Amino acid sequence: MSADGSILTPVVDGPSATQADAGFVLKAWGWAWPKALAIVLVLGIWQVVVWSGWRPTYVLPSPGETLQTLWGMLGTERFWSAIQTTMIRAVIGFALALVIGTAVGVLVARIRPLRLAVGSLITGLQTMPSIAWFPLAILLFGLDEQAILFVVVLGAAPSIANGVISGIDHVPPSFVRLGTVLGAKTVSLYRDIVLPAAMPAYVAGLTQGWAFAWRSLMAGELLVIIAERPSLGANLEFARQFSKAPLLLATMLVILIIGMLVDGLFSSYARSMRRKRGLEVA
Amino acid sequence: MTVAAAVAGDVGLALPILSICNVGKVFGRGDDSTVALQDVSLDVAAGEFVTIVGASGCGKSTLLNLVAGLDQPTSGTMQIGARVAFMFQEATLLPWMTARQNVALALKLRGMPKRERQGRADELLEAVRLEGWGDKRPHELSGGMRQRVALARCLAQDAPIVLMDEPLGALDAMTRDHLHDEIEHVWRAQGLTIIFVTHNMREAIRLGDRVVLMGSHPGRIVYEESIPLPHPRVMDSPDVATRAASLTARLKDQGHAHVG
Repeated sequence: MSADGSILTPVVDGPSATQADAGFVLKAWGWAWPKALAIVLVLGIWQVVVWSGWRPTYVLPSPGETLQTLWGMLGTERFWSAIQTTMIRAVIGFALALVIGTAVGVLVARIRPLRLAVGSLITGLQTMPSIAWFPLAILLFGLDEQAILFVVVLGAAPSIANGVISGIDHVPPSFVRLGTVLGAKTVSLYRDIVLPAAMPAYVAGLTQGWAFAWRSLMAGELLVIIAERPSLGANLEFARQFSKAPLLLATMLVILIIGMLVDGLFSSYARSMRRKRGLEVA
Repeated sequence: MTVAAAVAGDVGLALPILSICNVGKVFGRGDDSTVALQDVSLDVAAGEFVTIVGASGCGKSTLLNLVAGLDQPTSGTMQIGARVAFMFQEATLLPWMTARQNVALALKLRGMPKRERQGRADELLEAVRLEGWGDKRPHELSGGMRQRVALARCLAQDAPIVLMDEPLGALDAMTRDHLHDEIEHVWRAQGLTIIFVTHNMREAIRLGDRVVLMGSHPGRIVYEESIPLPHPRVMDSPDVATRAASLTARLKDQGHAHVG
């Protein structure tokens, strides 16, 4: 009995180094040009609206002026301290939501009565606009960090929990059977089979959770402005109060870019995971 | 070859490693209930290769699930004298793991220390002629190779009894022939007891020391026969074909006789 060539034919071939380099450049280009085109389109439409004279330029500045303001803003200490404050809030809020959402998700997915009790509540919370929580949050915690964190966590945790639940629900029954046959007990079944199998849905939940966290955080920073503590949201509010339209738009651009960058990180992680599992062609 | 022949000859004398006695299985209750298995009795000797053949829905998979402990019988008794490994119809490899990790998971779950797992997993992959493929993920392997990894994982459970539930049903004829060789090879090399379920009569005769026929509605054993043909057998040989024809005829007769 000999190993048969037709069976052992490799399905994939490792590309050589130069091929890989060329492939990378091509891939980067393929990734970059649609985005560049989108940016050019948006700036173009914006410029056309400005030229149309629909609003005076001290209210709606041109893209050029805004980008110039943005460039100048990047050199100020106030801007970087605002970024720092905002990002620390985002990271802490998201981390808390991650822990709480994951724990709640696993419990709800595993315990039937709990699922019946709070399963739909979680989805309900997800549809609730997080800004509606702020009056209560401010009453509970005052105009302080905790109020913002409270709302960020409430905004993001339901999405994360739902990701966990749908991930666990959609684990193929054959994987669970396999685990049983291989002798997995509850803990090992979850650690080695169920949770890894649920990862794609979990990461989708995290991506959505991030979007909610970022929205909630911006709403919070607009409402809960703490003296002597600049943040992106507070900067927006100041720019409006002092009618600094270019600063307002520049800050909005920064908020958009940060949100997209973090979302891009999640998406690229999700993509690489799907590719590894053969769910997506490279 | 001589080993297998000797084992086949001793079937009547050897102590059964697996004894199924008047087992019945009913799904559901009352009017909705379905009798999946009725009064099934089967003794399997240590080292024996038993193939079970029947139409789909005859309860052969249910029988394997009962032996594997995935389900409980409604009536009757089962004595299983050793640990049981299971090979599914689909390879059921975990897509986030490499071939080696899939095999190593079985080692992990039976308590092998981490430092020994990788080496042992590679040995097992070598045993199914997949040396050098350990780092590939399931989607990078062909259907036949995936089923080989599943076979390696099955061997990793280090269980004397191996249950196989139509593991080659989804493969093309050539790949299936190679896997027959593979399975026969590990069966002899490791002195396994194998119960192999299939709906393909020739496959059953190609592999089995003994072929057990199952009828449907309700699922039951209608006939069994020892296969004294010398190994290695070829699925398309006249010997196998003749026996397959006669056993298929018998399965049809018995099935109808019982259903009335």
